[in-house]
Amino acid sequence: MNPRRLAVAALWLGCVGVAAMIVARAHYVTDLSGFLPSRPTPTQQLLVDQLRDGPASRLILIALEEGTAEARAQVSAALASRLRRDRQFSSVDNGEPVTAQRDREYLYQHRYLMSDRVTAERFTPAGLHAAIEDTIDDLASPAGLLLKSLLPNDPTGEMLHILDQLQRTAAPNIRDGVWSSADGVRALLVVQTAAGGSDTDAQARAIESIRAAFAAAAAATHGAQAVQLKMSGPGVFAVAARAKIEHAAVRLSIASSILVVMLLLAVYRSPAALALGLAPVASGALIGIAAVALGFGAVHGITLGFGITLIGESVDYSVYFFVQSRRLPQSAAAGSNWQRAWWPTIRLGMLTSVCGFASLLPSGFPGLAQLGLYSISGLVAAALVTRYVLPALLPAGFTIHDVAPLGTRVARLLRRPRQLHGWQLAAIGAVLAALALALLHQHRESLWNRELAALSPISAADQNYDATLRGDLGAADVRVLVIVSAPSLDAALALAERAAQVLASLADSHVIGGFDSPSNYLPSKAAQAARRSSLPVAAQLQENLRQATVGLGLNSERLRPFLSDVEAARGAPLIEVQDLQGTSLRAGFDALILRQPSRWNALLPLHPAVASQPIDARPVAAALQRAGLGEARVLDLKLESDDLYAAYTTEAIHLSLAGGLAILVLLLIALRSPLRVMRVLAPLLLAVLMVAAGLALSRVQLTILHLVGMLLIVAVGSNYALFFDRQADLHEAESESLTLASLAIANASTVIGFGLLCFSQVPVLVALGTTVAPGAFLALLFAAVSSRA
Amino acid sequence: MRHVLGLLLLAAFSAAAPAAAVAGATNIAPRTVAGDLDTVMSLLAQRRHGKVEFIEQKFLTILDHPVESSGELLYDAPDHLEKRTLLPRAETLVLAGSMLTTERAGHTRVLDLHRYPQVQPFVESIRATLAGDREALERTFHVEFSGTVRRWSLTLTPLDRQLQRSVRQVQIDGSQDQLLRVEIRQTDGDRSLMTLRPAASP
Repeated sequence: MNPRRLAVAALWLGCVGVAAMIVARAHYVTDLSGFLPSRPTPTQQLLVDQLRDGPASRLILIALEEGTAEARAQVSAALASRLRRDRQFSSVDNGEPVTAQRDREYLYQHRYLMSDRVTAERFTPAGLHAAIEDTIDDLASPAGLLLKSLLPNDPTGEMLHILDQLQRTAAPNIRDGVWSSADGVRALLVVQTAAGGSDTDAQARAIESIRAAFAAAAAATHGAQAVQLKMSGPGVFAVAARAKIEHAAVRLSIASSILVVMLLLAVYRSPAALALGLAPVASGALIGIAAVALGFGAVHGITLGFGITLIGESVDYSVYFFVQSRRLPQSAAAGSNWQRAWWPTIRLGMLTSVCGFASLLPSGFPGLAQLGLYSISGLVAAALVTRYVLPALLPAGFTIHDVAPLGTRVARLLRRPRQLHGWQLAAIGAVLAALALALLHQHRESLWNRELAALSPISAADQNYDATLRGDLGAADVRVLVIVSAPSLDAALALAERAAQVLASLADSHVIGGFDSPSNYLPSKAAQAARRSSLPVAAQLQENLRQATVGLGLNSERLRPFLSDVEAARGAPLIEVQDLQGTSLRAGFDALILRQPSRWNALLPLHPAVASQPIDARPVAAALQRAGLGEARVLDLKLESDDLYAAYTTEAIHLSLAGGLAILVLLLIALRSPLRVMRVLAPLLLAVLMVAAGLALSRVQLTILHLVGMLLIVAVGSNYALFFDRQADLHEAESESLTLASLAIANASTVIGFGLLCFSQVPVLVALGTTVAPGAFLALLFAAVSSRA
Repeated sequence: MRHVLGLLLLAAFSAAAPAAAVAGATNIAPRTVAGDLDTVMSLLAQRRHGKVEFIEQKFLTILDHPVESSGELLYDAPDHLEKRTLLPRAETLVLAGSMLTTERAGHTRVLDLHRYPQVQPFVESIRATLAGDREALERTFHVEFSGTVRRWSLTLTPLDRQLQRSVRQVQIDGSQDQLLRVEIRQTDGDRSLMTLRPAASP
């Protein structure tokens, strides 16, 4: 090796080494953040926090199916008691009344601080009279004999009122003492993990613990062999999705690598050429990941999953290099000849791709921006390695198998269509394009999928099962939340109380069915203090009570326990968060409080008036506005996340168009002829149109990933078109067949790489595969046909 | 809805309530006429539907006067019982199988009798009697029969110790296949008395 070649090789190894170190030390994330905005509005931030670590993200729904109802109930109880001892779970509920006693004690003891009906008027003779009369009416109800024991202590019925406020949602069915689906086919449990939903590792551990606890519980229960465990929920989905993406990315990368390696071996018939040919790919991937790690601080798992996309284009460079430089026997001379004849074309193709991917960089969707940076740096690195390192590494006497016959065969296949006149080709292209456009226009309403769920790697069946369990639990997905926030917990609770008053009137007028509020579990200090101070002193209360009971047929003497309870409440300290400890109310309260740095958010989930009809958020927002609660936000979770995604899609479309414009300008500058630019771009645009029309025809709704796929068609296809454009200048027969051969090989490797993605279970990868594999093939076909030998 | 929550409360409060048992159980054990009991049961079992009006009075020691409610009672064989209280407040209570559904002021609640056995004496006594289901009655109560087919009386004593603490006896009087009177006596001396008469023809 001469010193210059040695220096080049050393520099390359140094760069790859540094990149490898960065890659090894990079921080990899697998949570949802790749799908969430990098510059969120406050409302979006709430949404993001909710999705990542909010209480809803920590729920795991457990269903026990098969076996007898009795066996399911026994396993449910045994499983719950095991999980309750596990610190990974902050709450475990299966309908057993384990904390019922403590819940009742908490509510009963604090009823005068908790009931929003406690006012000074209520304890006047008239107020007491009305309240007690009401309670006596309750005694006449079918449950009267059960309620009567409350009367001496609670003649105004505050305890029942508190329970009423807390239990606005339907509770799940109970069979054999535990929660069960309405049809009785499954027993249900709900557990909340201590770790946040975005901590996928912790979620995976929690899921494993549930499996182990279930296995032990089922083994210890007689006749429970048939009982099956099923789980659902955000954490379960996140773990499954990660496994699925990892599995798909690893398996598909291996499979496509093997296939591409086999293809290249068959073509080159030289292991050395194969090893050298993979050098640009590997360097590009390493440097691409390193660039993302440096640029974003963390590499998203999704970006890695797309590593496969880079194989598609970067392997082409070395194919072009080996095949097209074969004309001269001396490798060094071959290299320099190739550099003169073809490097400018490859460079232009690479720059075209860079323009396309650069349009992803400004995206607010971190997943896309990372993909853009990864592709740009990876492609530039792969091209530079092909240009400068490969020639330096070529051993003396290096040669690959002659592929010219392959090119000749391809040329023979193309002979017929190539005999068509220019105007005929243009006409056919125009007709095809018009048909495709007409089809796309016809499908324009349903062309784009605007739901974030479209990107979810969770199958529709799993999502339906989740919905079934939530339906069974009566915890139909909360879609609409009212959120108030304040610098302190107490201030947030006070705002929640004001919002609750507005919501109560909306519930009365059936705009909403009901709502939950953290202030139902723990009222604000101000509200508690006001209630406490409205309780009259003992002597006053006794006198008021004497007057109030006149004509009620109730001797006030029998209400002595009431007098002492009120007196005790007057001297009792206000309730603190800690007082909720040990009750199931704590989990309920925590679920409705979301802490952000320096902010406390109180969440008031709304229940629809009619179960099947989503709540219209607008009248709710208007009512809050009228009540002077302008700062209260009404958050429709599904609408908000779909809006977010729709905004990304729109943004991505705009950015892609900008990228297309940049490509056009670049080609105009480089080729200096609008006609040549048109001849380069026309086959690519036609390929993109045909693919889009094909997807629309097969009722596939386009997502952001399809758009990325189209960008890839242009990126990969621009190389093909530019090569034909260059070939037209060379007018060499042998060169023509070599060009065709190299393009056919490059295209085959791309189609293999992306074609395999179609077999993945992950929708985003399928989207990419079904777009790029046919698109790349069509781009080559159209470019080849439209070029004249 | 509220009264159901009351039922949920019951576990705590009825257990805690002092079992102020009232002395004076002066009942002379009536002669059980096994044949007549079976005759009455089979008469009741033959009746597939029933609709009666009821007036229920609750005599509570805490109140000077009884509280009164009224409405309709509907029965469909074998296990569907519906109590529609119209006064003083409209409220519907439906017992189907082991599920008790209540509706009041537009709110519906469902609970499982298995989970709240303390509710059983109040509903199962009437339903099992209407069904003529002696076996079901004897699962929950010790059953004593007195009188004749023309004028019979069933005295039901809860078997469950927990239940015995709150409910002393349920007495159901009837004639042929008609229920006339249901009296629930609690251990603290409180009682409810429901008198039934055929509903006015629709």
